[in-house]
Amino acid sequence: MHSFFLISSILLVLLMGLSLIRTVLGPTILDRILGGNVIGTKTTVLLLLIGLLYENLSMFVDIALAYALLNFIATLGAAKFFLRRLAVYFEKGEMEEGS
Amino acid sequence: MTVLSILSVVLIVLGLFFFLIGTIGILRLPDFYTRLHAAGKCDSLASVLVICGVALYSLQPFTLANLLVSIKLLLIAVFVFIASPTATHAITEAALVLGVKPWTRGKKKRS
Repeated sequence: MHSFFLISSILLVLLMGLSLIRTVLGPTILDRILGGNVIGTKTTVLLLLIGLLYENLSMFVDIALAYALLNFIATLGAAKFFLRRLAVYFEKGEMEEGS
Repeated sequence: MTVLSILSVVLIVLGLFFFLIGTIGILRLPDFYTRLHAAGKCDSLASVLVICGVALYSLQPFTLANLLVSIKLLLIAVFVFIASPTATHAITEAALVLGVKPWTRGKKKRS
């Protein structure tokens, strides 16, 4: 059972690396926010699997709950921030080339 | 291997499969909105499946402390199930207001 959790954690880290590609070379800023949100959700799951690996799940559950809350607030805040900012700075060009 | 272990392994493998599908969708789909669709599925469904699998596995020696951990895990699952579509909706609203054009078949395909 230990090796199964280890293998699934390694697979999850590889998937996070694949999501990081979209975060780095996403054409618009909203793509980067989306990639960060997905990586944060995967981190919440990864923390639970790490807690199972260390046989100390009762501590890592609280960390995962705090991380899920923080990820939600960060995504919402970033979306609202760029909604205000980009409407001022980029009128057309930056967003048109992404489509 | 008890019944709960087998059930939790099935749930975790299913969740990892949906994570893989969502990541492939984020990398390969042609438009921002379609990528958002793939990311929403990957966020809500796959993480809820994996968290429920971990909650079933942590119930194994049935004591009161393990039951508390399992209830906390279900609380995380309910929170993710509410919060992830809300975040996706906020990003979609920002993209619509900023004027990201949806991909149609007639245009040239972006890399």
